[in-house]
Amino acid sequence: MIRFEHVSKRYPNGRDALADVSFEIGAGEMVFLTGRSGAGKSTVLKLIALLERPSRGQVWVNGQSTAKLSSRRIARFRRGIGIVFQDHRLLQDRPVFDNVALPLMVADVSLRDLDRRVRAALDQVGLLGRERALPPELSVGEQQRVGIARAIVSKPPVLIADEPTGNLDAALAGEVIGLFRRFQEAGVTVLIATHDLARVGSVGCRELTLRDGVVVSAAAGSEEPLPVIVAVR
Amino acid sequence: MSGRIANWGVRHGHACVSTIGHLARHGLASVLTVLAIGVALSLPLALQVLVDNVGGLGGELSDSVGLSVYLKPQVSEAAARQLAATLRARRDVARVTVISAAAGLTLLRQQSGLGAALDALSGNPLPNVLEIHPAATATSPSQLETLRAALAANAGVDTVQLDRDWALRFNAIVALARELLVVSAALLAAGVIAIISNTVRLEIQGRTAEIEVTKLVGGSNAFVRRPFLYAGVAYGAVGALLACAIVTGVRLALAGAVADLAAAYGSHFALQGPGLREVSLLIGSGVVLGWLGALLTAGRQIARLAPQAG
Repeated sequence: MIRFEHVSKRYPNGRDALADVSFEIGAGEMVFLTGRSGAGKSTVLKLIALLERPSRGQVWVNGQSTAKLSSRRIARFRRGIGIVFQDHRLLQDRPVFDNVALPLMVADVSLRDLDRRVRAALDQVGLLGRERALPPELSVGEQQRVGIARAIVSKPPVLIADEPTGNLDAALAGEVIGLFRRFQEAGVTVLIATHDLARVGSVGCRELTLRDGVVVSAAAGSEEPLPVIVAVR
Repeated sequence: MSGRIANWGVRHGHACVSTIGHLARHGLASVLTVLAIGVALSLPLALQVLVDNVGGLGGELSDSVGLSVYLKPQVSEAAARQLAATLRARRDVARVTVISAAAGLTLLRQQSGLGAALDALSGNPLPNVLEIHPAATATSPSQLETLRAALAANAGVDTVQLDRDWALRFNAIVALARELLVVSAALLAAGVIAIISNTVRLEIQGRTAEIEVTKLVGGSNAFVRRPFLYAGVAYGAVGALLACAIVTGVRLALAGAVADLAAAYGSHFALQGPGLREVSLLIGSGVVLGWLGALLTAGRQIARLAPQAG
């Protein structure tokens, strides 16, 4: 579902964020991407969402190589990926409903379906009934859950999350990871970047560890391990 | 297919409603922009209304003018009437009026208030005059010139004055005003595009976070651009309406003074307009200019705004 083939990324300022990274995440798998801040986790996520392009190598998502996408196709490509941010990036002046509906609005979903699907997504994160609330009226944990509802409302096959538990206490973090787990069980491929796996626990999922832009370990959880290509410089 | 069209309508409706809501929330800036556009558009509209009014006035007057034939002093009134009869037979002459020297003096006495001075004269200094109205089919400048030359060739004629001269000058001035109108309209249209362009640019800068998130969840540039195009169109249309209101207000404010001036010339002239044609033309222009101004900025600015991951 997500495949990195000898991917290197050098930013215009000369910093090498990733060096010859290869790995593969199968459909319906949930994987934690770990490592200290600066290890290259964010770069991996940016390459998947096409916020950056690799300097070398190829990134495949949903069976599509990101290299060949024209800027016109990028919008459509991103609709196949749900993204959760540490700071949730909600529109503060729009009610919860509008925030969650945004991915459906951009994807030509009819109004009737839109209403139903937004409610379904809010139900899944336990926020049904808060549609008219503005994000600042919600707790930090609730805001993060709105962000998750927005990421899954269009039922993308791939869900990526950048430090989704970074601002939450242990109990809330566990709740959020539980949510991701449920999406995975429904068939979604999930990649969660976190610098603090010890706190949330790997809940039996595979773990990819980056250090200085290189994959240094691919520890399997208690689940059946999937083959992982590890390249070390 | 009809479902797709309905969806299209819904999305555009949503963009439209959210645009209006946004403009309403940012009241003062929107009001100032609309005011600037209204003032800018009211200038060419006012000029158009003025040119239309004055142009009509000129046309009305130029129909009623003709040639004045001043006969030599020694030509008697009887000879003048005989000449008039001859001229009436001409095909390019519609009407000939004889103003005898005595009648002219009476008119002068009545209209000029020079009664006492005229009494002091020993005789009547005025000649007999023939006023000639050319036939409607013979009013082109060359035909009038032919007629003038023919009249001047008569032995008893002193001078022939073509009363159309002033009308031609007047028409030339109106034509100049029309040219000015076109130039000023072009300049102010460019100004309106600049105003809307700048307002939309500021709005895009104020909504950067929203644009980035929308692009992150798969919003195309066209989707992101849509509400800004609506904003541009709304600014243009409302500005044009304001311009119509300004010009109508000015016309009403001036109505009294114009009526006084017209009365002093013995006319019932009153300012008209702006009419439905001008109003709809102006609103159409406002919409097009607004759309253009927004498109010029939004296309470039939004494509430049790449989303940033958190």
